Amino acid sequence: MTAKAIYDWVDERLGLRELADFARHKTVPVHSQSFWYYWGGISLFLFLVQCFTGVLLLVYYRPGAEAFESVRQITFVMHFGWLIRSAHAWAASLLIFSILVHMFSVFFMKAYRKPREFGWLSGMALLGVASIFGFSGYLLPMDELSYFATKVGLEIPSAIPWIGPFIANLLRGGPDVSEFTVQRFFALHVVVLPAIFLPLLGFHLWLVQRHGNAAPPSVKALPASERKSEPFFPNFMRKDLAMWLIALNILALMASVFPWSLGKQYDALAPAPMGIHPEWYFMSPFEMLKLLGMIKWLQGTPGEIAGILLFTLGIALWVLIPFYDKKTESGQRARAAHYFGLLAIFALLATTFIGYWTIR
Amino acid sequence: MTEQTHIEPVVETEGEKNTRRAFLVAAGAAGLAYTAALAYPIYRYLASPQEMAMEATAVTEVTLKDAQKLPLGSVLMFKFGSSPALLIHHEDGRWISMTAVCTHLGCTVQYEPQADRIHCACHGGVYNPYTGANVSGPPPKPLKLYKVVAVNDAGVQVSRA
Repeated sequence: MTAKAIYDWVDERLGLRELADFARHKTVPVHSQSFWYYWGGISLFLFLVQCFTGVLLLVYYRPGAEAFESVRQITFVMHFGWLIRSAHAWAASLLIFSILVHMFSVFFMKAYRKPREFGWLSGMALLGVASIFGFSGYLLPMDELSYFATKVGLEIPSAIPWIGPFIANLLRGGPDVSEFTVQRFFALHVVVLPAIFLPLLGFHLWLVQRHGNAAPPSVKALPASERKSEPFFPNFMRKDLAMWLIALNILALMASVFPWSLGKQYDALAPAPMGIHPEWYFMSPFEMLKLLGMIKWLQGTPGEIAGILLFTLGIALWVLIPFYDKKTESGQRARAAHYFGLLAIFALLATTFIGYWTIR
Repeated sequence: MTEQTHIEPVVETEGEKNTRRAFLVAAGAAGLAYTAALAYPIYRYLASPQEMAMEATAVTEVTLKDAQKLPLGSVLMFKFGSSPALLIHHEDGRWISMTAVCTHLGCTVQYEPQADRIHCACHGGVYNPYTGANVSGPPPKPLKLYKVVAVNDAGVQVSRA
């Protein structure tokens, strides 16, 4: 009686019934490729893990001149600090991985087509922000590896004609990577990027509620009687949560069995250590830029600029796919887009492989 | 929902009830163990400074380097374990050491040589600078004295009484 009265009171003001009604009618298509529907949720879960472990690291981390010392303290002095830090670093990798799987599954299921263009665009923006998260977070321990990775990484924006060096100096806070760089990367990592990421994520998730999961063209082509679906509550959600649990277990395993290492404190005068290389998710773009930059272009045009232009063009083509692969008639398979996706996967894998191969 | 109302209630045998209960208990226990395994490292991580402070409190002796050079009628503030303490070199040459944590509300007290008293600025508590006895103001108890064990070239050694 009272519970119902309270529910009615709140419902009248917030519209709980509409929400409950929406939840009851939310369904997820069931078909042979349903497995790929979990990867958005896994990405969301890993992002939540990042928020949680990030706040825990924030409890002891001190940016600026003391950055290395505070990470050393977290890793070697605070109880289980190594585990929290390792979980944050591993979850970052797993998060980028699951976003990539999510992106390619959306790509091949043609889930970017009308009316889901904004879902694709916001997703690409989220991937972009996530990689800046990764890049800025990598510097924060200020050990040798992070110092040189950031030094090399910032060479890319500085190769942009005219404004490049200006942008690079602004990001670095000076002509070289220093404690000023950590301080501003820290501000970026814990304030600016979350402020951009969270509303984007909210928009992305709202769109998923609005349009539901996209079925691949082959399933859409089936007559309505042969298309199967299941309720989101509780059927799909139960499996979703099971996936989250699996993701958490994999993360716990990786973080504890392969604890993230901490190198020597950076020394601006020391030479770069052997075998220095970017994180795996930056290996491919770095290698692509390197390879494209080596090609001899028009007389007088520096290779790097042509490389950056070509690379940017490829990214633009990828991001704008919903606007030129628009065939929405059921069953229509746009072969060009399909081959573009296969080419992208091949290029990513090949350049990553070449990158690791040529470290030695 | 409406379909279920027509279904005859299934009569469970005693054995079925027991296995279901056993399963629920086991699942609940596993869930609790899992949550505890996650929560324990996080708790220990957050509690690290507290644990380090507790370890510091266990310290029973401190050597204050070069404290023997402290002039007459002056004071040295130092950390005994995790809390502040006083080392006073009195005009008559006596060495006195005591905790600097006011027994009233935990402010840090100060030695005032000209008034020859220990004063707490928070609520005006006053202590005797030789015995630590609470003389006036709100403090309910005296300041605990430490023992000055040795004064030599290495410094001043203070230990818990």
